[in-house]
Parts: sequence; C-alpha cells; structure tokens
Amino acid sequence: MAFFLETLLGGLMSGMLYSLVALGFVLIYKASGVFNFAQGAMVLFAALSMARFSEWIPQWLGMDNLFIANVLAFAVSVAIMFVVAWLIERLVLRHLVNQEGATLLMATLGIAYFLDGVGQTIFGSDIYKIDVGMPKDPVMMLESVFEGGILINKEDFIAALISALLVVALTIFFQKTSTGRALRAVADDHQAAQSIGIPLGRIWVIVWCVAGITALVAGIIWGSKLGAQFSLSTVALRALPVVILGGLTSVPGAILGGLIIGVGEKLSEVFLGPYVGGGIEIWFAYMLALVFLLFRPQGLFGEKIIDRV
Amino acid sequence: MFYRENGQFKTSYQADQQLFSIPQDRWAILAIIAFAFFGVPLLVDEYLFRAILIPFLILSLAALGVNILVGYCGQITLGAGASMAVGAYAAYNFLIRISGMPALGAILLGGLVAAAAGIVFGAPSLRVRGLYLAVATLAAQFFWDWAFLRIKWFTNNASSGSVSVADINLMGWTISSPVDKYYFCLGVLVVFSLMAKNLVRGNMGRQWMAIRDMDVAATVIGIRPMYAKLTAFAVSSFYLGVAGALWGMINLGSWEPAAFSIDRSFSLLFMVIIGGMGAISGSFFGAAFIVILPIFLNQMLPLLGGLLGLEVSIALVSHVEIMVFGALIIFFLIVEPHGIARLWATGREKMRLWPFPH
Repeated sequence: MAFFLETLLGGLMSGMLYSLVALGFVLIYKASGVFNFAQGAMVLFAALSMARFSEWIPQWLGMDNLFIANVLAFAVSVAIMFVVAWLIERLVLRHLVNQEGATLLMATLGIAYFLDGVGQTIFGSDIYKIDVGMPKDPVMMLESVFEGGILINKEDFIAALISALLVVALTIFFQKTSTGRALRAVADDHQAAQSIGIPLGRIWVIVWCVAGITALVAGIIWGSKLGAQFSLSTVALRALPVVILGGLTSVPGAILGGLIIGVGEKLSEVFLGPYVGGGIEIWFAYMLALVFLLFRPQGLFGEKIIDRV
Repeated sequence: MFYRENGQFKTSYQADQQLFSIPQDRWAILAIIAFAFFGVPLLVDEYLFRAILIPFLILSLAALGVNILVGYCGQITLGAGASMAVGAYAAYNFLIRISGMPALGAILLGGLVAAAAGIVFGAPSLRVRGLYLAVATLAAQFFWDWAFLRIKWFTNNASSGSVSVADINLMGWTISSPVDKYYFCLGVLVVFSLMAKNLVRGNMGRQWMAIRDMDVAATVIGIRPMYAKLTAFAVSSFYLGVAGALWGMINLGSWEPAAFSIDRSFSLLFMVIIGGMGAISGSFFGAAFIVILPIFLNQMLPLLGGLLGLEVSIALVSHVEIMVFGALIIFFLIVEPHGIARLWATGREKMRLWPFPH
C-alpha cells in the first residue's frame, strides 16, 4: 500500500511537471489556433539561457553571489524569451495568417529546429547545471500511518507547488485583466476581435511571451532536475499526450491531463512494465491518449468540434 | 520547356488518358529514366552512389508514401519513420525465418506488414483529425520504437535491436556493390512511382483528394471516409514499409531502431513540405533537397568559415545545419506553400511562352 501511494504521489508530481509544459501548448493554441511544436525547443532555449547566464554573469561582474546571479540570469532570460516571441510573430506568424492548422504546425516545427540550432550555437551543447537552490534530499512522510513511511522528493514537491502557482496566476491573468479578456476574445474569433479594435499582432506577441515565460519556468524546473541539455526539448514530446487528453483549449484540462498521464505512466511502468520488458512509459501515455481520443475526439475539456460544410 | 502542346489533338480516349499525354513529356520522362539507368553509372564514383544517390532513391520512395497520405489524403502523419521500421524489421524476419525466401519477396511482404500496421494505427483518423491526429500518429512512432528495442522476438534476440543482413540475392544477382544497389533501388523506385502516378489519378486517388479538400462534403457526395482514409494509410504505409526495408537491407546493411526514429519521421514530412504536397514530382525534389543539403553545408561551412577567418567545428556545423533546415522550412511555407514542385511548374509555365510575353 505504501509503495502504491508512493508511486501514485510520484506520478502526480511528475504529472504537474508535464502540465507545466502542456500549459505552453494550450496558451498558444487558445489564443492563435497554432499548435506550437516549438514549445519543447523554447523550454530548451530558456533553460540553456538561464544556465549559461547564471554562469556568465558572476564572471562578468566579478562577484560570487548565487542568488543575485540567478535573479539577473532570470531577468535576462525573460528578456530573451520576449525577443524570441516578438521575432516569431514578426518573421513567421504574421506571414502565415489564415493558413491551415497543418501549415502552422509545420511552421512551428521549423521554428523548433531553428531554435534548437540557435540555442546550441550560442550557448553550447554540453550539459549545464541550473542551481536555483532547490533542495535535493528526499523526506519521509506519514511514518505513523505506514511502516517505513512514504518517500517524497522535496524537489518534486516544490516544482509541483510552483506549477500550481503559475496556473493560478495564469487563470487570474486570463479572467481578470483586460489583456486576458482581449486574449480570450481573439481565441474565440479572430475577425470579430479585430473588428472591435483588438490588435491581433500585439496579442500574439503577448501570448508567445507568456508561453515563453512558462517555457522558462518549465526549463528551470526540468533543468535543475536533469541539467540543461538537448534532451530537454524531448520533454515536449512527453507532454503532447497531456494536451491531447486534456483538450487543446483548456487550461484545467492541461492540469488534469498532466496528472492522469503522470500517474498512468508511473503506475504502468511499475506494475505493468516488468511483464513486457520495461520502458513502456514512453508510449503508454500516447496509447492512453489515443484510446481516449477514440471516445472523445476533443479531449476531456476541449471545445466540441463542429463540422460545417 | 521550349515546346507547346498546341496542335496536339487527341483522337482517341486512350491518347487522352495516357499517363503523360504530351509526347514531349513522355519522351522527357523516358529520357530521364534511361539516363538514370545507363548514363549515371558511367559518370559518378562510388562515394556519390553511397552518400547521395542510394539514400536519395530510397528516401524518394518513402517521401512518395508520405505524400500520398499527407499531400493527397490530407492526413498529417508524424509516424512515417515507424512504418519504415515495421517494413524493415518485418522484411528481416521473413528473410531469416523462412528459408529460401527471395529477397524481393521479403521486401514486398515487409511492405504488406507495414500496410497492415498502418491500417491499425490509421484507424483513429476516422474519429480524430488534424492536429489531434498528428499527435495520435506519434503513438505509432513511440510504440514501434519501443517494440523493436524491447521485444526480442522481432529482432531475433539481437541485443538493443540491432540486426544485420548479408548481401541479398535476387535470382542469382548478388546485390553487393554500390552500383548493384543503385540499380535495384532505381528499379523499385521507377515501378513504384509509376504506380503512384496511376493511383492518384484513378478512382482511389480522387477519393483521397476529395477527403483532403473537405471530408464532410466528400461524405455527402457518397465517398466512404473509412475506405478512403484507410486505403490512404495502407498504401502510404506500404510504400514506407518497402522504403524502410530497402533502407535497412540495402543502404545500411545492419541497423537498429534508432535508424527509424522520430527524426526520420520529421525529415520525411519536411521532404514533402519542401518538395511539394500533392505532387508526385515533389517527393523527388524534397528527397533530393534533404539528402544534399547536409552534405552541401558540411562542405561549405568550413570553407566559408575559412574565408572569414573563423574556426568551424563539427558541432557548429551540425547546429547551423538544423538552423538552416528550420529556416528553410519556414521560408518555403511562407513563400511557396506548395513547395519546389510548384516553383518548377511555374517555371515551366513561364518557359512555355518565353521569349514572348503572351
């Protein structure tokens, strides 16, 4: 029982991490109808920038304070992600208005390749560490309930907390601010939004900036877990079934989908994996999403797809 | 080019329905095929065969498969590499488990197995479409990646899924030298591309295109979406399976699942985008482009760096390569969403009238 709970909790927490990446997908899809395959590349780019600047800035300034270095690196990385967002809107999306979803998807694949290349050219392609002072040591919980208690990774716990905070912040941003309202209007109908005077271009830049910041947060958390390295960009591939399961247009969907996938992966790996040779968590999430899609093509909370001729 | 079809009147249905109804086109195609068979082997050396021509031929075949599904039937797939893997491993199993199995038979059977797998993993297309489908096809990619790595039966208990085949034998002809391999792949490609050209203009191809253009409307005029979509998946996977078998057994000789990873799927999709969706010739343009570009950049970048006095490392070259790659994809999508094939067609149209304005 304790082992089961431990696996379950582990799954929930890694699920939150997936949600964090999935959020980036949902944000951009909601606001511009673009399925952003470059989210993973953005996570990598942001993580690399964070890792390298927190290493370079102390050298340039000649000081040795980890906290200040991290804050400065974070600020620089945010600025860089804003520039990336602006460039993407300016150079790519602006020219692809009114194209089909598939074309936009492939354009973001192009962006993904480009960002991967640029990131590794500027920042190098080794494994860099991000140290934002996350505690690494695991703690025991519920020792009175179970014998031996449940082992929980503090780092995962904090990461899950941060993701939850980010979600709350984003929800407030979307629901309560005027920019958020404009974003939702654009998501509903480009033309109608434009006709009441919402500047499409600026809205897109804002959405990509927000997605850039989520990518940065995801990059820092994943990066401090695994190190900032190329394999981070494949995290996005792990998060894709999450979006599909939760529905492309729903923020709560991304969270719930993340939790379901996280738990499903861990439980299947632990309890099913040994019978079929292990390593099934790579495709299990996809199969779960696929089977789910057969019954509910729009995902858990997605908007119903209506066809018109 | 420098000819027009004016005055070429067709007097019979047969003449009208020919694959290439203009004699100049027909002769041009025949000339290209003849040149590929007789001219090329005299002109190029072994390195070119191995590095460019054989990969180009096989990837063209794979791109044809992807083009049928993406360009003609409008179903995005990110699992093309998986179909190639299924074809390759199925062909391998047929070859080693059944004694006396002819190599060509194994390759074609591999294609059939890939087609069957394609139907299974294409089934979600009946319920989901567009972006959701693209992600659903990734399920196939990851599943087969895993299956060939972990399920030992598929790979004849080879460790980490790496298998190898000896030089294959085709009715007494041992295919071992690059020239032999080139001839074999070329033969397969010619047959398969003529088949594709015929398929897409026939009943089946028209159904695919109707589904692509608007599936609800196609259903209304009596096209069965299930039949049309699943045949597209099956035919496309068959092509990919054969290409995969060729890639493994002819081009590589020994391979592991990583040879058909998700990067392969992406690069196949790029070939179709850059070459031209919904055009047979686009598959060739795209494959040529993607085979030659890395080699070109590999040669050019150090030279360019030398001119500017910069040290260009191998890592940098590979980074710049994917950068250029990504940029080109975006460039093509913005400037010419229909790819090189459309540029070629526009060019031909212009040349037809040249040097006159009208």
